Amino acid sequence: MYLRKMEKINGTGVSPGISIGKAFVVKKAETAFSGIVLTTEAEIIEEIAAFNTSVVLALNEIETIKADSELSLQEDALAILEAQIELISDPQIAEDVIEKIKSERKKANHSLAEVIANLVLVFEAMDDEYMQARAADIKDIGNRILGHLNKQLKQPAKFKQDTIIIADDISPSDTIAMDIKHVIGFATRAGSKTSHAAIIAKAKGIPAVVGCGEELLTMQNDDVVILDGKKGLVYINPDDQLIKDYQIKREEQIRQAEKLKALKDAAAITTDGERIVLSANISGADDMEGVHDNGGEGVGLFRTELLFMNRDSFPTEDEQFGFYKQVALQSKGKPIIVRTIDIGGDKQLPYFNIPNELNPFLGYRAIRICLDQTALFITQLKAILRATVFGDLKIMFPMISGIQEIRAAKKILREAKEALSAANVPFKAGIEVGIMIEIPSAAVTADILAKEVDFFSIGTNDLCQYTLAVDRVNEKITHLYDPFNPGVLRLIENVIVQAKKYQIHVGMCGEMAGDPMATLLLLGMGLEGFSMSASSIPAIKNIIINSSKAKAKLIYQKVMGMDNSEEIIAYLKTQTE
Amino acid sequence: MITKDYIIMAPQGLHARPATTLIRLVKNFKSIVNIQKGAKITRLNSMINLLSMTIKGGDTIKLIIDGEDETNAAEALDQFFAEELKDL
Repeated sequence: MYLRKMEKINGTGVSPGISIGKAFVVKKAETAFSGIVLTTEAEIIEEIAAFNTSVVLALNEIETIKADSELSLQEDALAILEAQIELISDPQIAEDVIEKIKSERKKANHSLAEVIANLVLVFEAMDDEYMQARAADIKDIGNRILGHLNKQLKQPAKFKQDTIIIADDISPSDTIAMDIKHVIGFATRAGSKTSHAAIIAKAKGIPAVVGCGEELLTMQNDDVVILDGKKGLVYINPDDQLIKDYQIKREEQIRQAEKLKALKDAAAITTDGERIVLSANISGADDMEGVHDNGGEGVGLFRTELLFMNRDSFPTEDEQFGFYKQVALQSKGKPIIVRTIDIGGDKQLPYFNIPNELNPFLGYRAIRICLDQTALFITQLKAILRATVFGDLKIMFPMISGIQEIRAAKKILREAKEALSAANVPFKAGIEVGIMIEIPSAAVTADILAKEVDFFSIGTNDLCQYTLAVDRVNEKITHLYDPFNPGVLRLIENVIVQAKKYQIHVGMCGEMAGDPMATLLLLGMGLEGFSMSASSIPAIKNIIINSSKAKAKLIYQKVMGMDNSEEIIAYLKTQTE
Repeated sequence: MITKDYIIMAPQGLHARPATTLIRLVKNFKSIVNIQKGAKITRLNSMINLLSMTIKGGDTIKLIIDGEDETNAAEALDQFFAEELKDL
C-alpha cells in the first residue's frame, strides 16, 4: 500500500481537544430521479399513498433507533430525534409534497426532493446562524423519507476503536445511528459553528473541525489523522515526531481539563470558611459562555464600550437595550455589574470628537462626559434599566472623584426611571448603584462616598496610574507603574476597611484581582469580590480554597509593615510559590 | 377566542427542542392555536412554519387560541411559556 505524505488542512475548530486515530470516510449516495410524468389519477393516488407510507416508515425507523439500547442515547440525542419526528410528520411538508404530486404530476420522490430543496434554501437564507444550520436537519429528514421511497435502508454503522469520522457534513441521523463510543473525532468538509456536527461534538466532548474544504475528502479509510479541535487543524498521515508532540499535548490538555472541571462547581471558600465571590470582566454577551465554563459567579465588570466602537454614530436606546438584554438573558440569574460608558482617555470614538488634550487621562472622559452630555447618559441609563427585567443588573459609575458627581449621576438615573415609568415601561426600580474607585480622592474619602452607594469596585489600573502619577501608556516609565507600591496598597486597604465599616459590598475589577501574587494579600485585607478575565478564575479559586483567611491576614499585616514594593513582591512570591 | 402575549425568556429563543414541546402541547387540544410575531402569523402545528419565524430570546409573540377547550389550552400554554421555556 502506498503511503501518502503528510498533509495539513485548516478548518474551523468547533469542539476543543486533540484526537489521534484512523479515518473512516463517510460516502453519500445521490438519488437519481426518473423524470416520469404521472398521467392517470390512479398513479397520482398511488404516489401520494407511497409518500404517506414512507413518512410512517421513517417515523418507525426513528422509533427503532430510540429503542436501540446498544446506542444508549443521551438526552440531547433524544431531543434531536423528537424534533425529527415532528419534522417528518410536519403537515406543511406533507401539504406541499401532495400539492406538487397533484399539480405538477411528478413522482413522490421527485416532489419530496424539490420541496426539501426549497425549504433548505429558505432556511439557509435566514438571518440567523442557528436557523441556517437547521437546513441540515431538514435535508436530513428529507433523505430519511426519500430512503424509504427509494427503498434503501440505512444500517447503523459500527466502527473500530479510535475512529475519526471524515464526511461531507454530518446529519443528525448519522451521529445518532453511529456507534459513537468508538468515535473520537469529526472532521467535515462543510459546516459552521452551529452546524449539527459542531453541536453534537461539543455536547459529547469529542474534538471536531468543520469547514475543512474539498481537500478533506481525498482522504482514504484508515489514514492516520490528528485532529486539533481548538486550532481547527487536521493532519493526514502525520510523521512520528508530530504524533509524539500531539500525544504529549493531549495528555497535558486532559490533565488541565480535569483540574478545571473539578474546580468549576466548587465554591471559593477558604479552609477556615470565608466565602469569596469570583466573577468575570466581560465586553458582551459572547463572553458569557466563558464565564459559566470557568465557574464565574457573575460579572463584576461589564464594559459597555464595545457597542460604541467600530461604528459611525451613537447606538440608539433600543440598540443598547438589545446589547444589555443579551447579556442579561445569558446570565443564568447571576449578578451583572454594568459600567456606564468609559470613553475618553485612551478610548476615542470616531463620531464623538474630543479635541486633543495635553493630558487625556486627566481630561474629558467617562462620567465627566456623561454629566456634561446628559442626553447621551440618560439614553444609556434607560437602556440598562429596561434590561433589568431580564436579569440581575447593577449600575456602576466610573471615574468618580467626589460625592457631587455621585449625586449628579443618581439624579439623572432618577430622571431615567421617571421617564420609563411615565411611558409604562417595566424595569427594576430597586437596582443597585455603585462606583468604581479609581481616583485617589475617592479612595481617601471612601467613608464619605460609602453613604451614597450600594457597592464599591476598585479599579486598580487607573488607581495605580493616578496615585503614582505614571501614565500607563508611556513605555518609558512602565517600571514605575507598580500596584504593590505601599501608597497604592494603603489606598486599597482604606477602601476595603471603610466599605466594611459602612456595610457595603466591596470588590475589585482591575488586573490585580486576577494576579495570583496579590490574592492572599487582598483576601487578608478583607476583599469580598474578585473580578477578572474568566480564564483566570480557576487559578485564583485554587489559591483561595487551599489557603486560610488567618494566613492571609498574617500576610497582609506583614506586607503593610514593609516600606517598599521590591521587598513586598519578593515576600509575596515566597508565599505563593 | 383568547389572545395572550409572551416575552421569550429562553436566551436561545424558540429552538428545535422547545418548538417540539410546544407543537406537541398544542396537539393535545381541539382548539386551533395561531402564533404571531410582528406581521407574521402561522398555525402552531408545523415545526417548519414555527422555526421559520425565527423567534429569538427577548422577542414578544402573541398566541391566538380558539376552540371549545380554549381555556384549558391557554392555561397549559401559559405554563409552558412562564415556566418550562425558561429551563429548556
